[in-house]
Amino acid sequence: MKANSPSVALFIPCYVDQFYPQVGIATLELLEKLGCTVTYPSGQTCCGQPLANAGYARDTVGTATHFIETFSDYDYVVCPSGSCTLHVKEHFPAIAGLEKKQEALEHKIYELIEFITDVLKIERLKGKFPHRVSYHSSCHGQRGLHLSSGSELNQPPFNKARKLLENLEGLDWVELTRTDECCGFGGTFAVTEEALSIQMGKDRLADHLSHKTEILTGGDMSCIMHLQGIATRSKQELKFLHLAEILNQALS
Amino acid sequence: MSHPENAAEFLKDAQKSKWHDETLWFVRDKRDKVSKRIPEWEQLRELASGIKDNVLANLANYLEEFERNATKNGIIVHWAADSEEHNRLVLEILQKQNCTAVVKSKSILTEECHLNPYLEKNGIEVVDTDLGERIVQFLNQPPSHIVLPAIHLKKGEISELFHEKLHTEKGNEDPAYLTQAARVHLREKFFAAKVAITGVNFGIAETGEFVVCTNEGNADMGVHLADVHIACMGIEKILPRRKDLGVFLRLLARSATGQPITNYNSHFRSPSPGKEIHIILVDNGRTAQLEREKFRNSLKCIRCGACMNTCPIYRRSGGFSYNSTVPGPIGSILSPGLDLKKHSSLPFASTLCGSCTDVCPVKINIHEQLYEWRQEVTKTQGDYAKGLSMKLANGIFKSPLAYKISGSLMRNALKSLPNSLIYHPLNVWGKNRNLPDPPKESFQQWYLKNRS
Repeated sequence: MKANSPSVALFIPCYVDQFYPQVGIATLELLEKLGCTVTYPSGQTCCGQPLANAGYARDTVGTATHFIETFSDYDYVVCPSGSCTLHVKEHFPAIAGLEKKQEALEHKIYELIEFITDVLKIERLKGKFPHRVSYHSSCHGQRGLHLSSGSELNQPPFNKARKLLENLEGLDWVELTRTDECCGFGGTFAVTEEALSIQMGKDRLADHLSHKTEILTGGDMSCIMHLQGIATRSKQELKFLHLAEILNQALS
Repeated sequence: MSHPENAAEFLKDAQKSKWHDETLWFVRDKRDKVSKRIPEWEQLRELASGIKDNVLANLANYLEEFERNATKNGIIVHWAADSEEHNRLVLEILQKQNCTAVVKSKSILTEECHLNPYLEKNGIEVVDTDLGERIVQFLNQPPSHIVLPAIHLKKGEISELFHEKLHTEKGNEDPAYLTQAARVHLREKFFAAKVAITGVNFGIAETGEFVVCTNEGNADMGVHLADVHIACMGIEKILPRRKDLGVFLRLLARSATGQPITNYNSHFRSPSPGKEIHIILVDNGRTAQLEREKFRNSLKCIRCGACMNTCPIYRRSGGFSYNSTVPGPIGSILSPGLDLKKHSSLPFASTLCGSCTDVCPVKINIHEQLYEWRQEVTKTQGDYAKGLSMKLANGIFKSPLAYKISGSLMRNALKSLPNSLIYHPLNVWGKNRNLPDPPKESFQQWYLKNRS
């Protein structure tokens, strides 16, 4: 690691690349403001999670091989998604001949927020964001990557995103009633169990709305895409931003 | 019907499904609070998980030790390879006693074996004495939850049912009044039964005793009034030593209902003079599950039901949506081992949120096993079209060019197609959700233009 300027490869999940380029841009700009040298390796595609979660992990060898080869030359890989990061860490199929690269990758890939707090060791960001913000905790980020404490466990409470957000000047943090219930996205679940997925999303939204939130944020655009899709359909006046967008705006 | 169809049906009654969700969330919340009053909660879970690992690794030895000690204590030990053998053994004991009416306290194992219909077919009246179980028995329904069997019913429905079956006042929904009516009704059944059947929460290898936990004292009432006690136990319920109970009894009630302790934890060691205790040790697919390395530790389950209470799917789809004796997350990893074809939609009835794993008092990695069962389901009965589309996706994702082309095709299609086509009924995503507005360029395109 180069102490002052780690070389960071940006991994932008496929659906963020296609639907939310502004989240990719915010992630890139934020990391640069924090002093990183950031590269976006061209030719990257997808981590393969949609296939694996649908029961076809065995068909992701090609996708995973391509991923490992694309990202193996960097100090760090940073991704603005807890879910995709977790997939690379825990659910890549074992690939013969790439064992070492694969193991190294599992240890150098980070979700954006944990990269800021755990690798860059930044405890507080100086910036301003005068809005009432509520945080949707994505399950893979929380229970998988331990980005925040879970309500199920008997452990001291912590939340890496909250720590960064709360220090922003003017930010009004919203306490939810159910702090970490799933939003019902769940990848293919959103389609195969459509009725449940929608109900879960509506219930999550109702929790946020009942606390008069202005902006709903989170670390995973997949959850947000689902929640925003329901909110837009029912014409709710709620704004949705990825954490990277808030932090990047606050720092400018 | 598959899980999605059942869930959609359950959700049609929006008010009731909301009530169901909130009722179970209340139980989960109680569990959270009471578990946080124990500073060593996470160590207890670790310890319980370790004890169960040891049990599963040495199951045969512990079972034989249990058999030796129980026999020494005067208990008659039987072995049943499957549900048929279990049911036959129970019937034989009843017939030997000339018994035509039995009382039974809660046992999910006997539900799993479908003991009630079997005995009834053979002319024996079975009365479930757990209040919730008696209620669902009146309705000819299975339990919808392993700890709270009638949690899908509201008190108005129970009032109506009791009016019909027990002649309580029409419209009286007072829980104390209804419970009293059930007590009077059940008391008669207790007095009349010569044989009582119970489940088993824990069998202790070291002492040959077993423990039955109930909140209503109905197991004790049945057993003490009857001449013969038949205890039905899944072989995974064994614990090595009596002192291990200290770990499990502390976890069980707190996880199940948020109580510090179950009201009655009854130890059965030897029959009273002139009476008999039989214990039936049942396999019924457990050794097959033990052989499946990825799924083995599902056998650690102590049937507390915490994973059901926490599951956002269970709370909103109800126990019956799973069409499996044990519903909810744990059922979705146990049942495919019994009948993969019948239960193939269950591993997909989850967002893999992982809450089940974190509430589990014996640390079963439930959501990871759901993921693993998905891989098994698609292997053995892969839906051809879905399999093909996944292979296609892999083809796209491993080739940057194919990815680029298909991504821009998709974005352009979304931009140029009329809404009536985008939100076509075949687009399940769009039934109740909007799609994001397609941006003019992908991040990749922006990067090429601005940074390289």
